[in-house]
Amino acid sequence: MSAIPEHHVVGRRTPRVDGEDKLTGRADYTVDHRLEGMLYGYPVPASIAHGTLEALELDAARAMPGVVDILHHGHFPDLHRSPNSMRQGNAVSEVRLPFEDDRIHYHGQYIALVVAETLAQARAAAFRVEARYHRNAGAMTGLAASDDEGEEVGQYTRGEPELAFGIAPVILDATYTMAAESHLQLEPHATLAEWREADQRLIVHESTQGVFYQRNALAHIFDLPPEQVEVISHYIGSGFGNKLFMWPHAVATAAAARLLGRPVKTVLPRQQDMMTTGHRPASRQRIRLGAELDGSLASIQHDSLTETSTIDRYVDACGGATPVAYACDSVATHQRILPVHHGSPCPMRAPGEASGLFALESAIDELAVALDMDPLALRLKNYAHQDPQRGLPWSSKHLDRCLESTAERFGWASRDPGIGNMRDGDEIIGQGMAAATWFAGRQPCAARVTLRADGVFVACGTQDIGTGTYTIVAQTVAELTGVPVARVEVRLGETGLPAGPLSGGSMTTASTLPAVAAAVRDALAALKEVATGPGGSFEGLDPAALDVAAGTLQGDSRQAGFAEILARHRLSDVTGEGSAAPADERQEYSFRSFGAHFVEVRWDPGISRLRVARVVSSIDVGRAINPVAARNQVEGAIVMGIGMALLEGLDYDPRDARLINANVSDYRIPVHADMPEIDVELLDYPDYRFNEFGARGIGEIGLTGIAAAISNAVYHATGKRLRDLPISVEKLMDRT
Amino acid sequence: MRTFAFARANSVARAVEHRQAELVSAFVAGGTTLLDLVKLDVMRPSRVIDITPLPLTTVERLPDDRLRIGALVTNTDLAYHPDVLADHPLLSQAILAGASTQVRNMATTGGNLMQRTRCPYFRDAAAACNKREPGSGCDALDGVNRMHAVLGASSECVAVHPSDMCVALAAIGATLTLHGPNGEREIDVADFHRLPGTTPHLEHDLDDELIVAVTLAPPLMPLGTAYVKLRDRASFEFALASAGAMLSLDEDLIGEARLALGGVATKPWRCREAEALLAGKRADTAAFEAAADLALADARPLTHNAFKIPLARQAIVRALRDAARRAREDDA
Repeated sequence: MSAIPEHHVVGRRTPRVDGEDKLTGRADYTVDHRLEGMLYGYPVPASIAHGTLEALELDAARAMPGVVDILHHGHFPDLHRSPNSMRQGNAVSEVRLPFEDDRIHYHGQYIALVVAETLAQARAAAFRVEARYHRNAGAMTGLAASDDEGEEVGQYTRGEPELAFGIAPVILDATYTMAAESHLQLEPHATLAEWREADQRLIVHESTQGVFYQRNALAHIFDLPPEQVEVISHYIGSGFGNKLFMWPHAVATAAAARLLGRPVKTVLPRQQDMMTTGHRPASRQRIRLGAELDGSLASIQHDSLTETSTIDRYVDACGGATPVAYACDSVATHQRILPVHHGSPCPMRAPGEASGLFALESAIDELAVALDMDPLALRLKNYAHQDPQRGLPWSSKHLDRCLESTAERFGWASRDPGIGNMRDGDEIIGQGMAAATWFAGRQPCAARVTLRADGVFVACGTQDIGTGTYTIVAQTVAELTGVPVARVEVRLGETGLPAGPLSGGSMTTASTLPAVAAAVRDALAALKEVATGPGGSFEGLDPAALDVAAGTLQGDSRQAGFAEILARHRLSDVTGEGSAAPADERQEYSFRSFGAHFVEVRWDPGISRLRVARVVSSIDVGRAINPVAARNQVEGAIVMGIGMALLEGLDYDPRDARLINANVSDYRIPVHADMPEIDVELLDYPDYRFNEFGARGIGEIGLTGIAAAISNAVYHATGKRLRDLPISVEKLMDRT
Repeated sequence: MRTFAFARANSVARAVEHRQAELVSAFVAGGTTLLDLVKLDVMRPSRVIDITPLPLTTVERLPDDRLRIGALVTNTDLAYHPDVLADHPLLSQAILAGASTQVRNMATTGGNLMQRTRCPYFRDAAAACNKREPGSGCDALDGVNRMHAVLGASSECVAVHPSDMCVALAAIGATLTLHGPNGEREIDVADFHRLPGTTPHLEHDLDDELIVAVTLAPPLMPLGTAYVKLRDRASFEFALASAGAMLSLDEDLIGEARLALGGVATKPWRCREAEALLAGKRADTAAFEAAADLALADARPLTHNAFKIPLARQAIVRALRDAARRAREDDA
């Protein structure tokens, strides 16, 4: 690891460029945005999960003060379903259009949208809408309540996993389950839609991780050319995946705006946000491992079943990392899905693999116990020095360094492996560890850069979902132009800007920065062209001979500032365009990020209290563009992992699949008092085979492996192998 | 939310008059229960009377040395009041174990006594709930009932009383002063909250009255106290089981013991038989466990909350142990 030289901005701890706007309330979140003459929408949720809507009684609601209209199945425009294609960039989270028919598929499904002059009026009227239902018996309340094995949707095999399992001297066969989890992002979903009759334009402010996907989907749904739909998302109070693709509230709100000729804003109340805008689905995973006596893995089989809804086919691919996690010749994964009467699930931070690595990394720990081996040694024994799935070298893999470094900082060597041997007063100390991994991907991206007298303006149609994209884009421009970060103006989150990628899959950094860099170079080339042309500061020089430093061009022992060059030619600015996309690097290398989590829990058996006391992590994501924001991503993911391991679960009524804890009190996430001591190290091995900045992406990896590390520590403290998340107190108390 | 009339009361008498004027009316002070439930359409008052101007915001020491707490003293002010810390540390410990700083800053002593249950079916206007809508049934009986009561429940209602403060009041002993149309009366805090029985919608012994003060019983001396609250996360979380214990020790023998439970019962749960069992016994684990077993002898589990019985037992034993330790330290 090397210190960042003075003049470099990329890789340096940089305060968020939008920090002051957020702190002072100037940041323009969708929920805060207002338009002249705006109306408020408030959805009416179905109170059953499975049946039909027989009648809506609307008279009392219509008579309430301020009510302008109530949209429902009998009063809604004819729209078109989105093709729901990732390839076409019009994927949506729920294909069904709002109020499409009278069938109820999940608790909370919208049966009406009340539109009124104020939020309070809309909400008051929404409570006066009376619905009569026919309830169908036999609601599917969740996979835990069913023996149904669902439908197979994917599988992978190499070698002879069943044969190898059959003859292995040491085997493990265990099933792991996890409750459904809510994203519980801070800013609820919100849409502010405006229909401009004069030029037939639909303008939508949305808290979204993908403005272009939403624009394309809306264009299909409302049968408009994409150029007539604009989606804006300047600030997003985080998404964690449930804002990747559009949900029905946005369609209903846009329809209301067009129908009524006035802007309409709908902000989902927390309860409806939790019911209708996705969750990580519950899962059941069976892991079978076979090993030689020396710990070499002979077979890995990973069978996953995840829930989907009855109206969509969402696949939470739990086995995604399994084929690449360990050097093993015989590996099989199977993925199945089971429709249940819940709202549609959707990606949630490290989708699939966060669940998958809970199972796999718990199983590896169980195998270590069966082998009487140190779990760290077992992982090193099966270290995958190249990608065992594709047979290619890794572009850059330093998992070994992660494991060594965390073990040292944690003090793993002084761990007593005996169950419950480490005591402190009333408490027993448990220590466990697990590995982390997440894929590294890129998406196509375009950007535009304008050099102006007062600084640099950069525009890209990706989003900053709170992770710090504004800042790293500004850092990139500053790095390449020498203009200070404070004089770089970044515009993101508009479909009017050059097309940018979804903010998802931890791909934003690696996708966006190369496009921004290309646009900067294009703009600098244009500036050099001007400067070396007739009457220019460097007239007659070869543009290639000019260097860029500190916001100036330099050559022939002279220098001239950008502003000076522009002024000399009476130019307001010069503009550059750039784009970047994955090339053929994937033919030569496999790209992944890696990490390790070591966890200490404290178990007080006298009062059955378990708390996470300490987490030590090392993460290998290549170069961290802004280490302060990158570290923050990992710390946040660790906290989320504590929730996954110990607290979180959506409770569906076992009789009728109604969601009964859709609020932030009854759905528990960690609070400040639950925070352990967290020590995160970011290794700094730039991955230049991936992109010129050496950065992979850091949003998700911190969440992988953490639940397993906690569960493994719980086993060390208690001797109980708890394979069902969350590990709540009653499971810890169970004497069996 | 539904529309309601709003009145601000400048005297206790006026507050009570306002309340009588409407069939369904509610007092509001901190609003930490009422506003929440009105927005959920669970409480539907046609009149709300703001009592925050009333002069009920002080803690005074009476000539007989007891502490009299105005109904509008906030939870925060009460928890940090020097006289409370000196005489009744259990009350401070219990209050600080509940809610969050922000909620405690708003919530009042009277409001905490009137706190409604967190049963999710009570808080969902579409569910069957005899407490919310008498005669509609109880969805919690066979539903998700992990958080529900193992003590004091009926076939009509299994909802837990969620307060921490009230557990301490039950252990300490207190008298409530109520002001109604016919003047003032006093009631023992133990009689204030009702068991659900066949009328779970009637939660308190109140007749168009306003709580104006809470007067605490005199403290035990020398005193050891402990409030042990066991819950899923470390803060801002209702109890799965909690125990408030007070002990006076004479050498190693228990003089007087007080014990009350939270999170497991339909009302703040005083354990008088267990207290009697402890009196005069040696303060050791055997005595604490015997007391815990007696306190929970009548506990009956539902589908998802059987763990609460052994968990409450652990809370009791730990609370008594810690109270005894503190009594010894105090004595030393």
